[in-house]
Amino acid sequence: MTQAALKKETPVFKEPAITPQLAAEHGIKPDEYQHMLKILGRDPTFTELGIFSVMWSEHCSYKSSRLHLKKLPTSAPWVIQGPGENAGVIDIGDGQAAVFKMESHNHPSYIEPYQGAATGVGGIMRDVFTMGARPIANMNALRFGAPDHPKTRQLVNGVVAGIAGYGNCMGVPTVGGETNFHARYNGNILVNAMTVGIVDQDKIYYSRGAGVGQPIVYVGSKTGRDGIHGATMSSAEFDDESDSKRPTVQVGDPFVEKLLLEACLELMQSDAIICIQDMGAAGLTSSSVEIAAKGEIGVELDLDQVPQRERHMTPYEIMLSESQERMLMILQPGKEEMARRIFEKWDLDFAVIGKTTDDRHLRLKMCGKTWCDIPVPPLVDESPVYDRPQKARDKAAPLPSLTLDKDIAGSFKKLMACPDLSSKRWIWEQYDSLVRGETISSPGIRQTQAHKPADAAVVRLSDKKALAITCDVTPRYCYADPYEGGKQAVAETWRNLTAAGALPLAITDNLNFGNPEKPEIMWEFVTCLQGMAEACVALSYPIVSGNVSLYNETNGQGILPTPAIGGVGLIDHGNKSAGFGFMAEGEIIILIGETKGHLGQSLYLREIMGREDGPPPPVDLAAERRNGDFVRTLIHSGHITACHDVSDGGLMVAVAEMAIASGIGADLNIPGDAAFWFGEDQGRYVLTTAQPAKLLELAEKSGIPAKAVGQTGGSILRIPENQVINISEIRDIHEQWLPAFMEGCA
Amino acid sequence: MAQAFRRLTGKTPQFVWHKDTDLGKPDLIVLPGGFSYGDYLRCGAMAAHSPVMKEVIALAKKGTRVMGICNGFQVLVETELLPGALLRNRSLKFICKQVHLKAATNQNSFMSRFKKDQIIQVPIAHGEGNFFADEATLKQLEDQDRIAFRYCNESGIVNDDANPNGSLGNIAGILSESKTILGMMPHPENATQDHQGNLTGLPLFESIVKAMN
Repeated sequence: MTQAALKKETPVFKEPAITPQLAAEHGIKPDEYQHMLKILGRDPTFTELGIFSVMWSEHCSYKSSRLHLKKLPTSAPWVIQGPGENAGVIDIGDGQAAVFKMESHNHPSYIEPYQGAATGVGGIMRDVFTMGARPIANMNALRFGAPDHPKTRQLVNGVVAGIAGYGNCMGVPTVGGETNFHARYNGNILVNAMTVGIVDQDKIYYSRGAGVGQPIVYVGSKTGRDGIHGATMSSAEFDDESDSKRPTVQVGDPFVEKLLLEACLELMQSDAIICIQDMGAAGLTSSSVEIAAKGEIGVELDLDQVPQRERHMTPYEIMLSESQERMLMILQPGKEEMARRIFEKWDLDFAVIGKTTDDRHLRLKMCGKTWCDIPVPPLVDESPVYDRPQKARDKAAPLPSLTLDKDIAGSFKKLMACPDLSSKRWIWEQYDSLVRGETISSPGIRQTQAHKPADAAVVRLSDKKALAITCDVTPRYCYADPYEGGKQAVAETWRNLTAAGALPLAITDNLNFGNPEKPEIMWEFVTCLQGMAEACVALSYPIVSGNVSLYNETNGQGILPTPAIGGVGLIDHGNKSAGFGFMAEGEIIILIGETKGHLGQSLYLREIMGREDGPPPPVDLAAERRNGDFVRTLIHSGHITACHDVSDGGLMVAVAEMAIASGIGADLNIPGDAAFWFGEDQGRYVLTTAQPAKLLELAEKSGIPAKAVGQTGGSILRIPENQVINISEIRDIHEQWLPAFMEGCA
Repeated sequence: MAQAFRRLTGKTPQFVWHKDTDLGKPDLIVLPGGFSYGDYLRCGAMAAHSPVMKEVIALAKKGTRVMGICNGFQVLVETELLPGALLRNRSLKFICKQVHLKAATNQNSFMSRFKKDQIIQVPIAHGEGNFFADEATLKQLEDQDRIAFRYCNESGIVNDDANPNGSLGNIAGILSESKTILGMMPHPENATQDHQGNLTGLPLFESIVKAMN
């Protein structure tokens, strides 16, 4: 349909009268409504009400979290851009920068898993290329309900297909991630997607910087009615009626996004763009308000000029649509035609839809009438901020004295097969992890995906340089002790980057929690943040971008607190990365870090003993840093041949993963009880080396706990009490669960 | 793909726009992988009707060498420059993984540097790579030595376990009757550099260099 045809048929529509009840239906609280009236000095129009409701939603305004987010450490000499832009930016040397962010699409993915997950991936990639960066890698952190919950299988199927469908089509490799199952996600799954991009430092674009009298340009897909009120939906709890919210989920078109990416990067080679903002949550509303607020200017839009794909759209619908694959740009006056030619070459819509003004108002016109005239500063600066009450839960009681099963082999096999530890091959084989040809490490085992499985994905930038990327969090730790859990999430990403040989530089966070209006949830949130902040400071590892997803509750039951952390590290100066597969037979296996046999909140406790209690393992941040710096140095000096962190499932699981990844066995026939083999003490690594004496001597000199625990070789894993298990058998056990679970799910 | 050619042939390939209509006199035309038109409708179906394809078809029919990898193979099949069809993988899912291939012949200019039955390891990354052809076509491909690669296991055995997508006869790549057009689903360009883990995709590029000189 042509723009002209749309306009000719535009009917005269009438907006409904505004009542406090209508405001309440928009999620606006009574005091917020009164404040809105004060800002406007009159009743709002329906369009204005819609705009206030999305701008003041939790999703856009961060009203419950803002006070606390301010306390996070966000700076370091290598941080070019911290939180507050489309994504964080760090200096990676040679005039290059890495641009990255993680973002949730939890609510939409539960309602419509394929499109919800797909558009989550599309949205986060857009955040990164809005800044001028070419996306080079995607990751995702997924949480699903209990395997026996009737919805879980279909949700896994749809979410994975959606992520694959969008990422693969864009030609951006999906290089890793994590997937957990827990009953606390039965009604609220988590789909957190992360994108990392690369840009030359002199070609970074921001949403700030607009001046007065400049053309406002809309590019990308046409606007439809999809996703209206997505931001408001993401700011409310679910109930049994949530399925009826399906029409508010956006529909993705990855091919258009691919065109948009190429067209934007092409235009960005010129000096035409002054500033740019993608249209994500709350679409045209938040993007235009963002540009106006940051540039301290006004925005006047002629909505008749907005490319539309449906008839009779109202100003309200156009402003609140969350149609995907759209961008808003402010151009240098006079560059419009040059820019138009590029977008038309890529078969994309291009429309000048307004201009910037000097009065700091958001003014919207359509059919010769003004539908909205809001002063931007109070809309943004006076958005509600809540210091919500907090109530601490009692600290988890120490574990009572437990009688541990003597059957180490039996427990080990059960652990390797359990949903959280079992191989996620069924998932990652659906992601193109190798496109672009630069993936050095990705999930999998040797000779199945990228050739070197590692704790972090490693993507090559040049002969001398690569980026390492990981995402981690252990929600059961965060629930039992939000402070230690927050620390642990940050520390685990740092450890994973280190184990791959990278220097960890910065993180992005995706803070998924329940209803912040409940004091206990608010306490979980604030306390997790305190733990994260402490770890960031101790590890020189600032937060440069992030996203908050609250109200992950259904019928009053919240999720486990899940602050997913995405970490990025650098391997440069031609240093080698490390993988975790054994490299040769006859090498000595060394455990770095202190082992006390901590079983509280461990997978062993849950899967073998059927209990989820006790405190989580504490993280000693000084030891963490000392151990990690030691390991990284030895990877670079060539003393270490393979390296794996010890996390879920403990030491024996870590060694088994190294064996499976290589096909080479190991002899672990040293004494130790279940707590030694399966405890989840933090700050530990398993290494292999051909120079054990040298390595142990270096460790002793540096005050690093190090202990030889076995030797590589053969095709079996020999464990205490002289029990043996074939590596091929462990691999089969490890590989069985997920495909069997997904069988019959089309 | 362009990188692999630049590195291995010393020549910089020229990118052409899908709406171009004049390609000059190329030594080789490559249709690389990559979700043309988002793989909407059917993989390669819309790209087969891109303006540039008229010229590609005309040049191919005059004997210019054409190589299609992954989505490029799908486009070649849709244009009928190569026979058969690429159906959805039998798992009905996209699959990205390393596979082994056996060079079923070396009697063509794309494969002269392979030993016959040489086993190579390369990745696949596709959702629709399940090669199908009717019996007569299949027989013709066999009789005319036009099967380029078959999926096999590490030891070179061609069996169903080693077939990642359900392709008839484990076929991973085929040639035109003139042997100047090659289409294959796997990605040999992703097995040409050390960081990719193995270099067994190299003979394909070496064969092309030899043929072009």
